[in-house]
Amino acid sequence: MTSTQNTSELPAPIGHFGPYGGRFVPEALIGALEELDAAHQSAMVDPVFQAELSHLHATYTGRPSIITEALRFSEHAGGARILLKREDLNHTGSHKINNVLGQALLTKRMGKKRVIAETGAGQHGVAAATAAALFGLECVVYMGEEDTRRQSLNVARMKILGAEVIPVTAGSRTLKDAINEAMRDWVTNVDSTHYILGTVAGPHPFPTMVRDFHKIIGEEARAQVLELVGRLPDAVLACIGGGSNAIGIFHEFIPDSNVRLIGFEAGGDGVETGRHAATITGGSPGVLHGTRSYVLQDANGQTVESHSISAGLDYPGVGPEHAYLHDIGRAEYRAITDKQAMEAFDLLSKTEGIIPAIESAHALAGAMIVGKELGPEAVLLINLSGRGDKDVETAAHYFGIPL
Amino acid sequence: MSTSLEEVFVKTRLENRAALIAYIPAGFPSVEGCKRVIEVLAQSGVDALEIGFPYSDPVMDGPTIQEAAGIALQAGTGAAEVFETVKYAHDAGLATVVMTYWNPIEKFGVEAFAREMANNGGSGVVTPDLTIEESAQWKAATKTFGVNTIYVVAPSTKGERLAQVTAQCSGFVYAASLMGVTGARSTISSGAHDLVTRIRATTSMPIAVGLGVSTREQARDVASFADGVIVGSAFIKIILEAKDEDSALGEVKHLAQELAVGVREGR
Repeated sequence: MTSTQNTSELPAPIGHFGPYGGRFVPEALIGALEELDAAHQSAMVDPVFQAELSHLHATYTGRPSIITEALRFSEHAGGARILLKREDLNHTGSHKINNVLGQALLTKRMGKKRVIAETGAGQHGVAAATAAALFGLECVVYMGEEDTRRQSLNVARMKILGAEVIPVTAGSRTLKDAINEAMRDWVTNVDSTHYILGTVAGPHPFPTMVRDFHKIIGEEARAQVLELVGRLPDAVLACIGGGSNAIGIFHEFIPDSNVRLIGFEAGGDGVETGRHAATITGGSPGVLHGTRSYVLQDANGQTVESHSISAGLDYPGVGPEHAYLHDIGRAEYRAITDKQAMEAFDLLSKTEGIIPAIESAHALAGAMIVGKELGPEAVLLINLSGRGDKDVETAAHYFGIPL
Repeated sequence: MSTSLEEVFVKTRLENRAALIAYIPAGFPSVEGCKRVIEVLAQSGVDALEIGFPYSDPVMDGPTIQEAAGIALQAGTGAAEVFETVKYAHDAGLATVVMTYWNPIEKFGVEAFAREMANNGGSGVVTPDLTIEESAQWKAATKTFGVNTIYVVAPSTKGERLAQVTAQCSGFVYAASLMGVTGARSTISSGAHDLVTRIRATTSMPIAVGLGVSTREQARDVASFADGVIVGSAFIKIILEAKDEDSALGEVKHLAQELAVGVREGR
């Protein structure tokens, strides 16, 4: 090699989890991703940024979120101790606020005035609209038309918060298409706009950055379980669509090799029917929305439409870190059908007086299975990632309750 | 050995003009209909053809190409039809490249895709969402089979990054005229000229400008500073809006001939 730089050499891949992750995006976005990566890295080691975020979590989000032991629900889960990490009690009703407050602070740091977001169930959209209101940012949320119907209450919430909600009519009219439309907006308006991606997918640095903003869930929960039980849990359970709440609660436990990490994907009508959103269980490695991970796809690499009763899990991709944790055997991924999830939804409501989000009900259905497998000595930590207020209409329809 | 695409730019440089490059997705409006469009383009002054591999999640494409890709996908267009169309265009005398998002290549097999391109007379592949950091396997495969690698750079691509990307291009450098998605625009952004000037400082490779060009006047303006003019959505819009195939082919022919005049008027 000479001393002058040889530009014909390829730069090294970045943001990889084994073979997964990376950046597969139009060159137009590279500058913005590099700016975001730099802002994220400097913020992570900046005590002022961390203090500001902690202050917001203490005075606005309502952190730390509590642990509730579900004693009556436990009877339906093999008698295992069931500990619920109550992210549903956060402001805006789910874990999503952790990430949007972090990204809104980064938006301010980068001097941008407009944010865009995609949303499926509407939880991330509501959280993004909330953060935008708090920081005085213009906010546009892209939401599949099908989801705006399933989650009309959240559409109204976003509008009340001052956001513009744009229904996306392309493709399957769900979360996948909302992300496409948000990426198109971002390519066009990248100078003024930050894209608050709501999950641990997308091009680097999103999978790492969104995880960093959610890992507080596992950090708190690990200490809380040690305090309450005097030992680590046997398993940590979470639902998984894109995988943000799951990576948030898993991350702190990854070095604890005796703690099983189990993600529950949306099995829809059953993985064998093809009508599901169980990307790791039923998909294969590929590239979608800027990252390499597991994807539901056909023989030509076309994304296959996913199906789930839960709008928030109805996504044919999954975060690359989950793909890696699966391949190396550190985490397990299983599918829960709509029916199993709705049984758990009903059961937690009636035994504990807690109406969970249908997304989180997938993890609760998982707890019923794993609890029976491990028995009454087991301690299970479950991420109750969101509350079910938004799902009342869907549940009423499902259970035949007249409205 | 040089590709047909490289020969096109040698020829157009000798003629002191820009090359006209047309875009159409394979399988649009149907596999056979696409061939008839290609036939017309080949006879109407088009120098090279970009064949789109229709993809379910085209984040760089505006509504017009999204709709065309959707029609092609509904009809079941996949890799086999894409290569069949490449061979057809090559046999019709057009230098032919494929434009595809990355996942269809990865699913087909990186090496196999490069091999099939070469086997069917294709010159190169435009990869709008493949970053240079993720290109190692693709670069090796295309080198083995003599296939050009065309990357897209944008007005936001600056400094050392621009030189790094253009160094990975062969055939031509694809300059996106604006920050945004594909689709006809009433004016071509002044950023296009600036971007081409900045690319020239990094490479002697031909530079083709795409995104937004739809008229003879725009083609002429772009041809005054670029080596190639890429037109896609304008052709597709004609086909989507035409009352029948004959009138579509007639209008495609008229537009191609107008654009062919435009690229010759630029200098």
